[in-house]
Amino acid sequence: MKRAFRIPGFSIGFVLAFTFAAAAVLSYFWTPFTVDGVDIVNKLHTPDATNWFGTDQFGRDIFSMIMIGARTSIAVAIVAVGIGVLLGVPLGLAAAARKGALLDEVIMRGNDLIFAFPALLIAILITAVFGPSAVNAIIAIGIFNIPVFARLSRGGALSLWTRDFVLAARVAGKSRLRISFEHILPNITNLLIVQGTIQFSLGILAEAALSYIGLGAQPPIPSWGRMLADSQTMVSFAPHLALFPGLAIVLTVLGLNLMGDALRDLFDPKLRRGRR
Amino acid sequence: MLIFTLKRLASLGLSLIAASVAIFFVVEIIPGDPARLMLGINATQDAVDALRSQMGLDQGLLARYWLWVSGLVRGDFGVSYTYHVPVAEMVQGRVWVSLPLALYALLLSTAIAFPIGILAAAKRGSWADWLVMGGTQLGVAIPNFWFAMLMVSILAIKYGLFSAGGFPGWEDPLAAMKALTLPAVVLALPQASILARVMRSSLLDTLSEDFMRTARAKGRSARGAMVHHALRNAMIPVLTIIGLQFSFLLAGAIIIEKIFFLPGLGSMIFTAITQRDLIVVESVVMLLVFAVILVTFLVDITYAMVDPRLRRRA
Repeated sequence: MKRAFRIPGFSIGFVLAFTFAAAAVLSYFWTPFTVDGVDIVNKLHTPDATNWFGTDQFGRDIFSMIMIGARTSIAVAIVAVGIGVLLGVPLGLAAAARKGALLDEVIMRGNDLIFAFPALLIAILITAVFGPSAVNAIIAIGIFNIPVFARLSRGGALSLWTRDFVLAARVAGKSRLRISFEHILPNITNLLIVQGTIQFSLGILAEAALSYIGLGAQPPIPSWGRMLADSQTMVSFAPHLALFPGLAIVLTVLGLNLMGDALRDLFDPKLRRGRR
Repeated sequence: MLIFTLKRLASLGLSLIAASVAIFFVVEIIPGDPARLMLGINATQDAVDALRSQMGLDQGLLARYWLWVSGLVRGDFGVSYTYHVPVAEMVQGRVWVSLPLALYALLLSTAIAFPIGILAAAKRGSWADWLVMGGTQLGVAIPNFWFAMLMVSILAIKYGLFSAGGFPGWEDPLAAMKALTLPAVVLALPQASILARVMRSSLLDTLSEDFMRTARAKGRSARGAMVHHALRNAMIPVLTIIGLQFSFLLAGAIIIEKIFFLPGLGSMIFTAITQRDLIVVESVVMLLVFAVILVTFLVDITYAMVDPRLRRRA
């Protein structure tokens, strides 16, 4: 961890991501204003000392809404990554343990199949079938994380299966299942952390996109994507409505990507040598 | 090469079958009776039943699947529940918006990514490299619909440089291109950022190879070695990404088409979903998935032609 902070990209990324995560947690206890009431008198204020990011068409404080919106974004992305890891990693490990067998073939072709579907299209389809909600957005995004993690863990595991310590474990009589979880999994954690960070940021982008077209979290739950959608007709006279939620998305995603890239450099000795 | 192509062709066929089954059953789950929907709530039960049997809805699941798939193969995509016109006709009108848009965006993405990716790799560690890496990092992080909103409000509404939306048709090619320019730029930006990063890292990998040292040692200039030895070898991962991006651009334009009011496949499918026009949804999703699988197939074949080693491995 200490070494990670020596990479400037990681520190910047960490500060950005941590800020939004902290804002999300803090919003459960405190926001500058409450956002569940309408205050028409104070509508469409430009940013000032009271309303740091201004107010929207209902007079709600945008800074407070962004804090609460961070919850939605982060929660959706975390659970979607969780789905990908919990289902994808075991599948990938199983495929690697039975390399070349029918199981491997079935899992990998299934992966290819999911990859062939345009992700956004299927997300729209799923939310159309089951109705728009944050939960369905999570499922839709999560499904596409499964093949990502399955492929990654299979690739990582395959190279480990040829290593001597795995051979030793097999000679000692451990089953493929035990080897997968006791010896392979701990050695691909680094890979998974890096990919998890990247998928996390993609999840935030996807959630914003789905909410933007009205298929993500439903009102009254504030979400960055929907704040942008609501602001669309008012951009010309109230640009601050579109500016701040957009910046929130960009900075969070940027932060996570910076962290992911720095961690990859750190974990991959080949790249590290190249840096010097 | 023949065996390789046949093998890939077989896997292409299998993917298509699997995809069609998956799409058919997902759409089947959607509640609601299309016949009732087409005729309205005042229709008599007899009329609804008649239409159901005319549409083949009274048959079993397997029979309906077969009806749909065999129709697709013949180019018969069924008749829209909402508009009562053949889906194939609706698609034809719209494919000439989506396809040019995707190609335009792909062209832009490649035209931006190649020079800056090569520049960043050639001048590694310089301020130019830092600028490219920082800029592309930002390009990946910006949601394209937000970027589209900003572009529309600044370039289209404030300065009137581009149209804010709509599509005039191809009768006036110049006006059509102008209408597609802003959407294409918006679509291309994140893709270009990804492609530039892939180009850079792939080139950096190649530049550290022994054959590059040999090329320089035998007297090639840095530029000559880059153009004749490094670029060709660095192209494989870049080609993969370009292939993926084309499919993404073709299908992923739904939101962008919506923002710019472009009458493309994306906006068509979006409307069809909200109207429960399932036959349109099924057929267009299948068409897009077919395009994706086909492009992947073509990219694979291209590789094998470029790099004989890959033929044996497959």
